[in-house]
Amino acid sequence: MAFTVQHLDAWYGHKQALFDINLSVEPQTVTAMIGPSGCGKSTFVRCLNRMHEEVPDARVKGTVLVDGFDIYARSIKPRHVREHIGMVFQQPNVIPTRSIFDNVAMGPRINGAAHGSALRELVESSLRQAALWDEVKDKLDAPATDLSGGQQQRLCIARAVANKPQILLMDEPCSALDPISTLQVEELIDQLKESYTIIIVTHNMSQAGRVADRTVFFLLGKLIEEAETKELFSHPHKKETEDYISGRFG
Amino acid sequence: MSTSVSERKESASNPFQPPQSARGIQRQFNNGCLIVFATLFALLAVGVLIYLLFYVILNGIRYINLDFFLNLPTPNGEPGGGMGPAIQGTIILVGLASLIGIPLGIFTAIYLSEFGRGRLANVVRSLVDLLTGVPTIIFGLFAWVLIVVPQQTFSGFSGGVALGIIMIPIVARTTEDVLLLVPREQREASLALGGTEARTTLRVVIPAALSGIVTGIVLAMARVAGETAPLLMTAFGTTFRNTSIFEPMDALTLRIYNFTLSPYQLQVNQAYAGALVLILLILITSFTVRWFTGGFRRRF
Amino acid sequence: MQEQVAVTDERGVIGRSLDRITTRFGRKPTDLVFRGITLLLVFIVIAIVIGVAVVLVVYSWPTIKAFGLSFLTNSAFDPVHNTFGVAPAIFGTLYTSAFAMVFAIPIGVLAAIFVVDFCPRPLRIPLAFFTDLLAAIPSVIIGLFGFLLLAPWLQQKGEPWLQQHLGFLPFFQGPIQGVGMLAAGMVLTIMVLPLIIAVSREVMLTVPTAQREAMLALGATRWEVIRYAVLPFSRVGIIGGIILALGRALGETMAVTMVIGNQASQPSLSLFQTGYTLSSVIANQFGEATPGIFLSAVIEAGLIVFIITLITNILARGLISSMQSRGAKGVRV
Repeated sequence: MAFTVQHLDAWYGHKQALFDINLSVEPQTVTAMIGPSGCGKSTFVRCLNRMHEEVPDARVKGTVLVDGFDIYARSIKPRHVREHIGMVFQQPNVIPTRSIFDNVAMGPRINGAAHGSALRELVESSLRQAALWDEVKDKLDAPATDLSGGQQQRLCIARAVANKPQILLMDEPCSALDPISTLQVEELIDQLKESYTIIIVTHNMSQAGRVADRTVFFLLGKLIEEAETKELFSHPHKKETEDYISGRFG
Repeated sequence: MSTSVSERKESASNPFQPPQSARGIQRQFNNGCLIVFATLFALLAVGVLIYLLFYVILNGIRYINLDFFLNLPTPNGEPGGGMGPAIQGTIILVGLASLIGIPLGIFTAIYLSEFGRGRLANVVRSLVDLLTGVPTIIFGLFAWVLIVVPQQTFSGFSGGVALGIIMIPIVARTTEDVLLLVPREQREASLALGGTEARTTLRVVIPAALSGIVTGIVLAMARVAGETAPLLMTAFGTTFRNTSIFEPMDALTLRIYNFTLSPYQLQVNQAYAGALVLILLILITSFTVRWFTGGFRRRF
Repeated sequence: MQEQVAVTDERGVIGRSLDRITTRFGRKPTDLVFRGITLLLVFIVIAIVIGVAVVLVVYSWPTIKAFGLSFLTNSAFDPVHNTFGVAPAIFGTLYTSAFAMVFAIPIGVLAAIFVVDFCPRPLRIPLAFFTDLLAAIPSVIIGLFGFLLLAPWLQQKGEPWLQQHLGFLPFFQGPIQGVGMLAAGMVLTIMVLPLIIAVSREVMLTVPTAQREAMLALGATRWEVIRYAVLPFSRVGIIGGIILALGRALGETMAVTMVIGNQASQPSLSLFQTGYTLSSVIANQFGEATPGIFLSAVIEAGLIVFIITLITNILARGLISSMQSRGAKGVRV
C-alpha cells in the first residue's frame, strides 16, 4: 500500500511535537526516518498507526491517506487501522506469559483470521519470514521469554507479520540488539520489503544507508528533507541535513 | 496512487472499515460488556460509600449539640443524654495506645531501616507484616487474658494496651517506608562529620522523614480510634463518668455499638450522632494526610 | 569507624550481637545505648507477637484437651451442659466470607480496571480518595448501617422479593428475618471491596506500557488488551490481594456481629437464616465466660481465627512477593 501524509500536526498536551508534515511513500519500499533524539521521528511513525493517540492528552490533526482512505476519518476505528499497519517496537515486547507459538498467533487469534491448521501454517510462514523458524520449530510451546533478545525481536516481527499488514512500522528495532542480531534483522528487512511497505526509524545513519530506499530527515518536529537514500547522504540540499549527516550535531 | 483529501471512497471497499463479521460483533460485544460492567461496578463502589456517608451524616446531624459532647448517657433513653465520657474515653485510650504504639513502632522501623541486616531483620519484618493481618479482636483477647482476668476488672488500661499493640505495625511500616526514602548520602555525611549513629538517626534521618512519620502516626491513631472489637472485652464501656484507667472505660465506638442495638429510639439517635463524629474524624484525617503528602497531586 | 555493612554469617543472633558489641568497644557509648534501646524495643515487639500466639494456645489448652478435634464439629456453645463446639460458627464464618468473595472479587477487579484503564483523568484522584476512604470506615459504622438500614430493608423489601422471584433456589428459602447470612455477607462485601480494588489497582498499574502497546499494535480492543496483556501479568498479585481480602473477611467482627442474628439455626443453604461466626462468638460470649472450660472455649475460637488469618496472610504475602521478584514494583498493603 502506498500512503500519503498531508499537513500532519501532533501534540503531547500543549506541547506540539510535529509541525505540518507532508510525505508520500511508495508501496514495497523501505523508508528510513533519521534525526537527533526528540526530533519527532518516533512520534510521526506512531501517528501512522494511530498509536500516538493512546498517550493521555495526545492529539493529532491532519490527514494520512492509505490507498486513498484517510485513516483519521471519524468513522474509522483505530484498531482496524492497526490490523493493516503493524508495528515493531524498540524493545522487544513479547507477551511473557505466553509461548512462542501463541505470541505469533496472537493477532490472527484475536481477529479470527485463522484457526486450527490454517493458523499453524500462518505461524510457520510468519516465523520463516522473520528468519526464526529453524531456531524455534522444535520448541514452539516454550515460553517466549526463553529466547535471546535478538530472537525475541524477530519474534515480534513474526507476530507483526502474522497479522498480514500491508505496512510495517519499525521504531528503532535494532537499538536494543547486539551487532549480529542487528545484521540479521537488517537482512530480514531486505526480504520483507518484497511484501510490505516498510518505515524504519533509526538513529543509526549507516543503518539507513544499508537498508533504506529513501530517507527522511526530521529535526525539531519538522520534516526537513526527503530523498533517495544515496542522494540524501551524498548531496543533501538543506544545511541542517548536511550538518547532521556530517556529525556536527547529533 | 493518492487521491485528494476531499474524496473518500465509500465503506464498501475501505479496508479500514470492514463489513461486520460475526467475529467482529463478538469482539465489540465483549469490549462493550467490559466497559459497561467496569464503569457500573466502579460507580457502585463509590455509590455505596457516598450513600453510607450521607445516611450517617443526615441522620446524625440532627442530634449533635453541646449536650451531646458534654453529657453522660441518660438511662433508658431519656432525653438530654450525650456521649461525653465516650468521646473522652476514646481520647484517653488513643493516648494510652500511642504511648505503647509510637515508641515500639518507630524503633522497630529504625531497626529495620538503619541497623537490621540479615535474618533477624527479615524475621522482624515478617512478624510485623503478620501482625497487620491479625483481626483486632485477638489483641483484645490477649489483653483480656493477661490483664482483665487476673485483675478481675475491665479497665481502660487493658484497652489501651490492646490498641497499642494494634498501632505498632501501622506505625512501624509507614515509618520504615519514609526512613528508607531518606537518601543514604545524608547519613553518610553525618557520620563522616563525626556523628554517632544515634545522633545521625535522631538528628538527621528522622527529621528528614518527620512529615511522613507524623502522617503514619496520625493514620494509626485514627485507625485505632475506630476500633471496637478489642475494646469489648478490655475497656468494656460504661455509662458513668470515666474515673480511672483501671476501671471500665467508655469509648465512642463502644457507645455507638451499644446504642445502635438499643431498643430506645433516643439512644439510636445518639448512635447516629456518634457515628457522625467518628466519620468526621476519619474524613478529616484522611483528607489532611492526603493533602500534606501530596496525595492529591499524585499522578497515576 | 564505618560499620554500615554488617556481614551476615551463620552464627546465631547472640553470636552476632556479641560481635557487634565487642567490635564497637572503642565506639562512643551513646551508640551502644542507642542500639541497646532499639534492640530492646524490637525484642519487646517480637515478644508480643510470640506472646499472642502462646497465650492463645496456652489458654485454650483445657478445651483442646477436653474436646480435641470435636470442638470443630460440636454444634453448640453450651455452658449449661458443658459442651462446646464451633461447627455452626465455622459454617457462618465460611459462608459469609464466601458470599463476600463471590461479589467483591468481580466488582473489585472490574472497578480497578475502570480506575486504571477507563477513568477520565480528572476523576482519577477523587476516585482513589473515595476507595481509600471506604477502606478507612470503621467496622462499627458499617455495622450501624447494616443493622439500622440494610437489615430492615432486607426484611421488608429485599428478601421477600428474592423469595418471591428466586425462591426455588435453596438460598432464598426459609423464614425472613432481615438479619442473617445475607445481611452479613453484604456487609462483609462492603468491608472487603476496597482492599481488592486497592491491590488490583496497584498491581495493574505495574504492567509495562510496552505490553499493552504490543496488543494494541495488533488491533486489539480494550478488553483484549486487558485480557491478554494486563490480567495475565497481574494475575498473581491480584490473587494475593484476594487472599488478603479473604483473611480480612474471615476475621471481621463488629459489622458481622451486628447483622448476623447471633442465633443458631438449623444449618442450611438459606441466606435468610441467622447464625454466628467465630468472631461473633467471641464478641458475644466473652462476657458470660466463666473461668475454666468456658473461658478456654472462647479463647480457642480466637485461636482458630488466629490460625486461619495467619495462613491466609502468609499465602497472600508469598504470592505478592513472588510478583515483586518478577520485577513488578513493590506492593504494600
